[in-house]
Amino acid sequence: MAGLGLGGLTLPNYTFGNEVSIEQLLDNPLAVSQKKVLADAALNTAKSLGATYTDVRIGRYLNQFILTRENKVQNISSTESFGVGVRVIVNGTWGFASTNNMTADGIKKATERAVAVAKANSKFQKEPVKLAPVQGYGEVSWNTPIKKNAFEVPVSEKLDLLLSANAAALKGGATFVNSNLFQVNEQKYFASTDGSYIDQDVHRIWPSFNVQAIDRAAGKFKSRQEMAAPVGMGYEYLMPKAEDKLQGPGGMILYKNSYDIVEDAGIAARQAKEMLSAKSVEPGKYDMVLEPNHLGLTIHESVGHPLELDRILGYEANYAGTSFATLDKLQSGKFNYGSKVVNIFADKTQPGSLGAVGYDDEGVKCKRWDLIKGGILVNFQAIRDQAHILGMNESHGCCYSQSWNDVQFQRMPNVSLAPGTEPYSSEQMIKDVEKGIYIAGRGSYSIDQQRYNFQFGGTVFYEIKNGQIAGMLNDVAYQSNTQEFWNSCAKICDEKDYRLFGSFFDGKGQPSQVSAVSHGSSTSRFNGINVINTGRTI
Amino acid sequence: MALLTKDEAFALMKKVLSYSKADECEVNLNGNENGNIRYAINSVSTSGKTFQSTLVVASAYGKKLGIATINEFDDASLEKVVRRSEELAQLAPENPEYVSFLGPQKYAEPKMFIQSTAAITPKQRADMVEQSLAVAKAGNAIAAGFLEDSMGFAAMMNSKGLQAYSTSTNVNFSVTVRTQDGKGSGYAIRGYNDVSKLDTKSATQIATDKAVKSSTAKAIEPGKYTVILEPAAAAVLLENIFFSMDARQADEGRSFLSKPGGATRLGEKMVDERVNIYSDPHNADLPTSTWNGDGRPQERVSWIEKGVIKNLTYSRYWAEKKGVKAVPGPDAAIMEGGTKSLEELIAGTKKGILVTKLWYIRQVDPQSLLLTGLTRDGTFYIENGKIQYPIKNFRFNESPIIMLNNLEELGKAERTVSTESNVNYLVPPMKIRDFTFSSLSDAV
Repeated sequence: MAGLGLGGLTLPNYTFGNEVSIEQLLDNPLAVSQKKVLADAALNTAKSLGATYTDVRIGRYLNQFILTRENKVQNISSTESFGVGVRVIVNGTWGFASTNNMTADGIKKATERAVAVAKANSKFQKEPVKLAPVQGYGEVSWNTPIKKNAFEVPVSEKLDLLLSANAAALKGGATFVNSNLFQVNEQKYFASTDGSYIDQDVHRIWPSFNVQAIDRAAGKFKSRQEMAAPVGMGYEYLMPKAEDKLQGPGGMILYKNSYDIVEDAGIAARQAKEMLSAKSVEPGKYDMVLEPNHLGLTIHESVGHPLELDRILGYEANYAGTSFATLDKLQSGKFNYGSKVVNIFADKTQPGSLGAVGYDDEGVKCKRWDLIKGGILVNFQAIRDQAHILGMNESHGCCYSQSWNDVQFQRMPNVSLAPGTEPYSSEQMIKDVEKGIYIAGRGSYSIDQQRYNFQFGGTVFYEIKNGQIAGMLNDVAYQSNTQEFWNSCAKICDEKDYRLFGSFFDGKGQPSQVSAVSHGSSTSRFNGINVINTGRTI
Repeated sequence: MALLTKDEAFALMKKVLSYSKADECEVNLNGNENGNIRYAINSVSTSGKTFQSTLVVASAYGKKLGIATINEFDDASLEKVVRRSEELAQLAPENPEYVSFLGPQKYAEPKMFIQSTAAITPKQRADMVEQSLAVAKAGNAIAAGFLEDSMGFAAMMNSKGLQAYSTSTNVNFSVTVRTQDGKGSGYAIRGYNDVSKLDTKSATQIATDKAVKSSTAKAIEPGKYTVILEPAAAAVLLENIFFSMDARQADEGRSFLSKPGGATRLGEKMVDERVNIYSDPHNADLPTSTWNGDGRPQERVSWIEKGVIKNLTYSRYWAEKKGVKAVPGPDAAIMEGGTKSLEELIAGTKKGILVTKLWYIRQVDPQSLLLTGLTRDGTFYIENGKIQYPIKNFRFNESPIIMLNNLEELGKAERTVSTESNVNYLVPPMKIRDFTFSSLSDAV
């Protein structure tokens, strides 16, 4: 938790993802004007009970999952969760409570509980909470700029698409295929005593598959997952456009702002089969050419997490760990996180990204800021009650809660590697490599609790010999140290190659909360990285 | 909704079934009350209490299944959730793998509920944390920890006459203690059904001692070493075997249990003959449920006996297709140990490394169950039967199957908690030869 001093103490609450009909998902149970009335009831109640600050989050969280296997539909499930969370500061201490009783009386009682919690906890408070100021925005709204609401697309159309992808994989020689579609809609209303009433409609979508090829005689099996990312878009992401397709090695297609799941499933089957007889990697030093849908996870683990201020301060010591990126390294202004070509920025406004919202969960307008500039560490990620620690007078706007019934805290914004400024394609990058490995897609990942030592696998690996793709490889994983790795970054492709990686399930906190986050990058080259062979016989 | 007695739960589920118009209907009802307190930098950071209850209704028309969930329990809501599941069933395509619900079953009485845990008060939680903090402060160290207790019930009933009910309690506690200079770190984790067995003071003392003793760590070369894994370190490796025992995956050729030519390794010796792993809902130190979520009885099952794979887990569909007993996956696992203490294992070690905790475990290759991860919170070099000095953390790449073939010695099994999955296990400390460390980490 990010709470400095005492964070939110959660009193009894009731939370569920209830299964609902598709039609019901499209109804809006509460108009914005009604939400304002309820929010004002909480704000006024808290004020009358001595709160110096209050925020109210009314949230309706909708999910739909569709799961298929070969020619079968395994599950279709729709869930809804609706309720309100109230956070107050009383006696300089946070208090939080939530309820799914969406009446003025229910919200008033939740507010009273939040105040009681703050009062009870204030006797343990060492220093009062210091909030960075924020502007009151009045009544405003923000929507994910979707073109087609996935929840409005008939289930039969979505099923047809997934089953077509499965058929393409089986036709391509896959032994088994699972494909899934996960859709999210967060309808969030925020109000605070700073004078903001913010209504937001946030959409995310995640198509995925796992294509497997099996050689029964040899007792071998290989898997290839989708070359897509979960994104902050509507169903238009699944309506492929030619201009969003990039040619990758070995006939692979890589996708930018729209995804052709049927095409990719067919290619996946061919690649999975090819992996069954691919060469096992010779361990040693290689120049790595890392594609964005792979590099995103490396950015997430080795840059996104170490720069979270609550982790740096020790609030995550018993679970996620602490960080090598300490305050003194930031304050020195000289810490070489990476080479001079490395510019990494946080951005909660990036179109199509999972973290994109207009305002964060404490009413701060979202923005972009630099984390690493010209290789030098220049900033961390901080919210309103942390900003003063960094000598800042405003929050970065990266506060988030997974639900109305969980207290909001500092979460990783989208953290992305800026593209190279000179024209440079991934084809040219491969041509410039003498002995290297090209990796696309995410694989096994592991990093230590202070974010020094990591090991990453991938989805597909191609050997590069003298500027040419020399065939697929198996059993590849690379190991490095965060600072060494980013200092070995020699070249980054230009913005034509830039695209997003994403994760729906970044975990943090005890009890754990998840958040969705994207990481953009262009294909990048890292010189002299240690590659190990992970093949074993049992 | 408060936690329901057996009679109350059955009365509610009977009412739900009375609304059903489907060919078959099955109801699962759960309620849980959880309390937690979290602390960091020697101060309480958050605390909370949550109630959760869920009613799941599954309706089937022929082979068409619909599932709906609700958390409201008035009559109108109960009828609504039944209708909703029926609507979904009518919309769903036919599932060729649908298996009709089970009829009445006989279950042994579960023994997971302990009143002392159910009665934990916020003050008790705060007192337990205060004891932990006092130890860390006395050791001039910094503690961060999490204590979480739960009590709950689970019940099910269906239109074919099946009825099941059980109650349970649990408490998990973990603490990380770091030295003021950030050069040493120690950890302890405990899990019990009975909170009276939890001693946060002694657990924190162990974590503090490890923090202090690990603060002058030396770097030694990565490579293959004899290791002694404490139970918490062994559990996070072993559970990857437990999670991968599915018969269908093995039969389909996509498991570490699949063999060239199409057969599986069921009945084959895969690991050292001293390895015996089983599950038993009636084990006094690790009681678990006597029935699973689809109503199958949970019984004592041997998974690995004298190194031989004895049983795999089956869905009811796959068991029916294969004509075998549908053995469900267990809620916990027990690995038999020996009689020696951890100290005795160390005393009998000429050269080796004591691993107290492993972190960020991920599967690298499902074919060999190769895992990677790192040591954390206290790693020590052993020579001539004694801990000589702390060493810097390592990254490992190892398969638990290879590890159990390289078994040297087992200590006495004890209850521990997986830091990866939160599942409780009974696992012994174990001495393993040729454990593969592949690189050094600067992390403390």
